[in-house]
Amino acid sequence: MRITCPLCGERDRREFYYKGAALERPAAEADLDAWHAHVHLRENPAGELEELWYHEMGCNSWLRVTRDTATHEITDVVLAADAGLGGAR
Amino acid sequence: MRIAGKGLAPEAKSVSFTFNGRHLMGQEGDTLASALLANGVHLVGRSFKYHRPRGILTAGSEEPNALVTLGHGPQQDPNQRATTQELFEGLEARSQNCWPSVEHDVMALNNLAAPFFGAGFYYKTFMWPAAFWEKLYEPMIRRAAGLGALSGEADTDAYEKAYGFCDLLVIGSGPAGLMAALTAGRAGADVIMCEEDCRLGGRLLAEDEEIDGKPAHLWVAEAEAELEAMENVRLMRRTSVTGAYDQGTYAALERVSHHLPRSHSLKGSHLPRECFWRIAAKRTVLAAGAIERPVAFRNNDRPGIMMAGAVRAYLNRWGVAPGERMTLFANNDDAHRTAHDLVKSGVHLAAVIDSRHDAPESDLYPVIKGAQVCNSGGGKQLESITVRSVRGEEKIQTDCLAMSGGWNPSVHLTCHLNARPAWRRDILGFVPEAGAVPGLRAAGACNGSFSTAGALREGAEAALAALNDLGLAAATQELPQAEDAEYRIAPLWAVPGKGRAWLDFQNDVTVKDVKQAAVENFRSVEHMKRYTTQGMATDQGKNSNVAALAVLADANGRTIPETGTTTFRPPFTPMAIGAMGAGAADEGFKPQRFLTSHEAGEARGAHQLEVGLWYRAAYFPKPGETNWRQSCDREVMYVRNAVGICDVSTLGKIDIQGADAGKFLDFVYTNGFSKLKVGKTRYGLMLREDGFIMDDGTTARLGEHHYVMTTTTAAAGQVMAHLEFVSQALRPEWDVRFTSVTEQWAQFAVAGPKSRELLNGLLDEKIDSESWPFMGCGEISVMGIKGRLFRISFSGEEAYELALPAGYGDSLYRLLVERAEALGGGAYGMEALNVLRIEKGFITHAEINGTVTAFDLGMQGLMSKKKDFIGKAMATRPGLLGEERMQLIGLKPVGAVKELSAGAHLFNPEDPVERIYDQGYVTSAGFSPLMGHMIALGFLKDGQNRIGDQIRLVDHMRGLDVQCEVCEPVFYDTEGERARG
Repeated sequence: MRITCPLCGERDRREFYYKGAALERPAAEADLDAWHAHVHLRENPAGELEELWYHEMGCNSWLRVTRDTATHEITDVVLAADAGLGGAR
Repeated sequence: MRIAGKGLAPEAKSVSFTFNGRHLMGQEGDTLASALLANGVHLVGRSFKYHRPRGILTAGSEEPNALVTLGHGPQQDPNQRATTQELFEGLEARSQNCWPSVEHDVMALNNLAAPFFGAGFYYKTFMWPAAFWEKLYEPMIRRAAGLGALSGEADTDAYEKAYGFCDLLVIGSGPAGLMAALTAGRAGADVIMCEEDCRLGGRLLAEDEEIDGKPAHLWVAEAEAELEAMENVRLMRRTSVTGAYDQGTYAALERVSHHLPRSHSLKGSHLPRECFWRIAAKRTVLAAGAIERPVAFRNNDRPGIMMAGAVRAYLNRWGVAPGERMTLFANNDDAHRTAHDLVKSGVHLAAVIDSRHDAPESDLYPVIKGAQVCNSGGGKQLESITVRSVRGEEKIQTDCLAMSGGWNPSVHLTCHLNARPAWRRDILGFVPEAGAVPGLRAAGACNGSFSTAGALREGAEAALAALNDLGLAAATQELPQAEDAEYRIAPLWAVPGKGRAWLDFQNDVTVKDVKQAAVENFRSVEHMKRYTTQGMATDQGKNSNVAALAVLADANGRTIPETGTTTFRPPFTPMAIGAMGAGAADEGFKPQRFLTSHEAGEARGAHQLEVGLWYRAAYFPKPGETNWRQSCDREVMYVRNAVGICDVSTLGKIDIQGADAGKFLDFVYTNGFSKLKVGKTRYGLMLREDGFIMDDGTTARLGEHHYVMTTTTAAAGQVMAHLEFVSQALRPEWDVRFTSVTEQWAQFAVAGPKSRELLNGLLDEKIDSESWPFMGCGEISVMGIKGRLFRISFSGEEAYELALPAGYGDSLYRLLVERAEALGGGAYGMEALNVLRIEKGFITHAEINGTVTAFDLGMQGLMSKKKDFIGKAMATRPGLLGEERMQLIGLKPVGAVKELSAGAHLFNPEDPVERIYDQGYVTSAGFSPLMGHMIALGFLKDGQNRIGDQIRLVDHMRGLDVQCEVCEPVFYDTEGERARG
C-alpha cells in the first residue's frame, strides 16, 4: 500500500504510523457519554473510513486518509491540520 | 541420454557435479534435472508418505518430485527443485526423505501398509490417548513423513531486499511477455520484465518452431538484444514474481546466486543468495504461461513417467532424450508435438496413446486412438505400460512415458486479491477474470491462448492497452508470423480402474483419497484439501489441483465450476524467510544506540543494560567486588555521601518554541506551564485522552517562547508523535513548533552533597543557591563551550543535570567522573539510579504502566481545574477516583524473610493466595544500603488508607512469601530538604 502525502508525494506505507479513525475531539465540557464514545466506540466498516496516519519516517505530518478497508483504495488525503478535528472550544 | 547436435547449446562446456556422492558430468546451461536425465538417472527421491521411488516429472518450478538438498551445515538448502537448479562446477546434490539411500529406503515399508494410510489416516488413528500425540505420535510421523530438513544451524547466507518502480511490469518472457515488453519498451515506457528462468523465452526455448521464418530461440535472442539495448527496460532473470498486492505492488524473488558455488553468497561476500523485491507497477502484463497436468492412472508416479511438455523441453532445449524407447499418453493435440519432435530427433517412439477417438494421425508414429494407459510396470524405473483399448489390454515395453492431461493457465497471481478464476469449457481450464487485479492484464497461455501467434497478439494488445491507460502514445505493432494451431482437448482426469492413481505426487494423494474425502462429507474443495493434503507443500499443487477438483466434482455429482478452486495465496514459488527479512537480522533487526559515554564506561568495565535500543551502564565493578550488589551499594553511597555522575542522555529531549508554546504545554500536561518563570523547571504529568498516564518528565523554560521538555527514555518516540498529533490535528492554529534534540545534547546527572563543589571547579562562572535554586535552569559554559544546567534531582540529593553539545559528551563525562572521584564519589549506573529513586519514591514506567492514573499516584493535585488538557474529561470518570483503585505505596519486609521482588502480588495475611483475593502488586524493588534492607514500590487497593498495615507478598516465580509493612512510598528525606539544600 502507498499513501500520497500532501507534502512528500506517494510513499510506501512503511513510512507511516497508523492511529485509527479520524474523529473530532469533543468540547472540554461535553458530557461523559460523548467522551466515552470518542475514546472507545468505533465504527468498523468494510468500506470507506477516515483515519489518521503519521508520516513518521517522512515529514512528521499527521494526515487524514480516506481509505477503503476492504480494498485499501485511498480516495483522499489531507493534512490533519486542515481536517477540523480540534472540536469546539 | 544426450543427442548429439540437439539442444540450444550443443557445444557447451562440460561441468562436473555429484549426485548422492556419484560423480557425473553435465554441461553448461543444464539444470540439475537435465544433467541427471542426460546421465540416465530417473530415480531422484522418495515420496512424502509412502516413500515410493520418484523421478523428474516436469521441467519447471512446478516440480513436485525431484526435490534435492544442496549444501551442508548452515548452508544446507532443502527442497531445491532439480528442474530449476542450474548446474555449476562442483555442485553437490543429494536425495531427501530416504534412509539409508534413495535406492534402498527402509521407510518404503509404508508403501506396503498403504491400505491403512488413506485420507484422514492420521486423524483417525492417532486420536487416543491424547497425551500420546505430542510425545509419541507426532515425532514419529514427522520422522517418517517429510521433505528435506534444515540443519538447525543459524543461516550464514547474505540476503538483500530492493524496491522497483515501473510503468509496466511484465511477468514472464515467453512470446506474450516478450511482445508486451517490446511494445512498451519501444513506446518509451519504463518496463521491468521478470523471468523466473535464467534465460528469456519461456516455452519458445522448449519448442521446435519458427517465428518470422527463423527458429523461435533466435527470434527470442533478437528480441532480448533489442530489450537489452533499451535504457527504459530492466530485464530481471532468475526472478519469480511471487505475489500480487494492493495498488500495483508485487513481490518478487531474485535468486541471485543459486547458480554459483556457495562461497559467493556467504555473509560478507559480494553477492546475496536471494534478493526480495517489492515492485510498484502502474500497469502489469501477466504472461506467466501455463502448466501441464498429469493424467491419473494406476502407478502413474513411477520414475520415467514425465510430462509431455517437459520431455519436449529436455529434448529441444537441452538435447536430452529421457528414454530410449518412448511412449506418449495424451488427451490433446498439443502433446502430439512431443511425439513429432522425438521422432524427428531420432528417438524411438513405441506408441502414442490418445484417449480421443478422433485423435490426429501421423505417418511418423503409431497412434492408438480411444485408448488409455491403465497401469505401469517396473521398479525404480518404468519398464512397461498397460494400454486399454477396444482391442482389450496390451502391455507395451517402454522406459519413458510422456503424458499430458492438458494445460492449466497459471492464473495464480490474478487470484491473490481474492478473485476466483473462471472455467473455460473449450480448453478445460481456469482463466483469470478481467480486472481480478486492478491494473493487471493477462496475456497468452495464462489467459487461455495457447498458440504462439495468439500469445504474441495478446502480449502486444495488453501492452497497448496499458500504454493507453498511462497516456503514452504507441504505434501498433506488426505481429511476427508464428504457429496458430487450434488447441483441441477432450476431458480425461483419471483413468478408471483398481489400484492407486496419483493426483498430487508431492503429498501422495490419490484419486481414491479424494473420493474418500467426498464420501466422508469433506465435499467442499477447501475441506477436501485439508483432509487429504492435496495441493499443499512446496509445489502447492501446481500441476495437480485442477485434476483433483475435477475428481471431487465427479464424486459430488457437481460440475467443475460449481466445485471451484481453493484459495491461491502468495508466494507463487517457495522462498527463504531470510530473503523476506533481509536486512532485519541481528543488528538490523535491533539497531544499537550508544551514548557518548559508552567508550569511557566500557573502559571502566561497565556492565551494559539494554534499555529499548540504548545501551546504558548498569554498574561499574571495582576490583574485589564479587557481585553487582556490592558495586550498586557503593555507587548509591557515592551519591548519598559525595557526588555521583550518570549519563542521562537517553531521556527524550524536545525543543519547543513559539508564541503559544506555554499554552500548548498547558494543554498536553495536566499541570500548568505557561506561568512557569523563565529559568525554572517543573515536573509535568501527561495523560492519554482516556485519562491514564502516558508519560512524565521535567520541562524547563529557557526563554519567553522557548521550552525544553524531557520525556522518559521509553516513551520518547511516543511523546513526540503525540505532541505532533495534538499540535497538528487538534490545535493547528497555535504558534508552536518542536523538534527532537535527544541526540544533540550529552546530558549528565551530577548528584550528591558535593555536586555544587564539583561544578564550581568546572563551570566558567561559579554558581550558588541564589543563582541556581532548586529547579533552576539556564545557560552555562564549560571551558568556553556553551551548554545548559538544570538543577533537578532524581535521587533526592542536591543534583544538577549538565548538558553540552553531544560532540563534547565523551570528554565531559571523563572529566566529570575524574573530578567526582577526587571528591570521594564516582560514576554510577542504572542499578544505583534505580535504588536512589525507589528510596525517594520517584516513579518510572515500571509504575506508569498504562493502567495507572494520577489519582493512583497521589498526584491528583497536579490535575488543573482551571484549564482543559488532554485526558481531563476521562480522568474524572467514575471508577478512576475511589478506594477501589490500587494506589502507590511503599513496602518493607518485617518477617524473617527479607527478600522483595518486582512482579510479586500482595494479599491480606488472612486470605488464601488466590487470584480473586489479589490486593495489588509490586512494581519496583531494590536493596537500600541506607536502610540496610530491601524496599519496594507497588500498588495496593485503597493503599493510602492502609499505611502501617501488614500485607503478604507472594512471588510464585521466585518462590517468595514475605510479610511486609505498607508504608509511604518515600523512604528517605520525606520533606525533600536535601535536594533543596
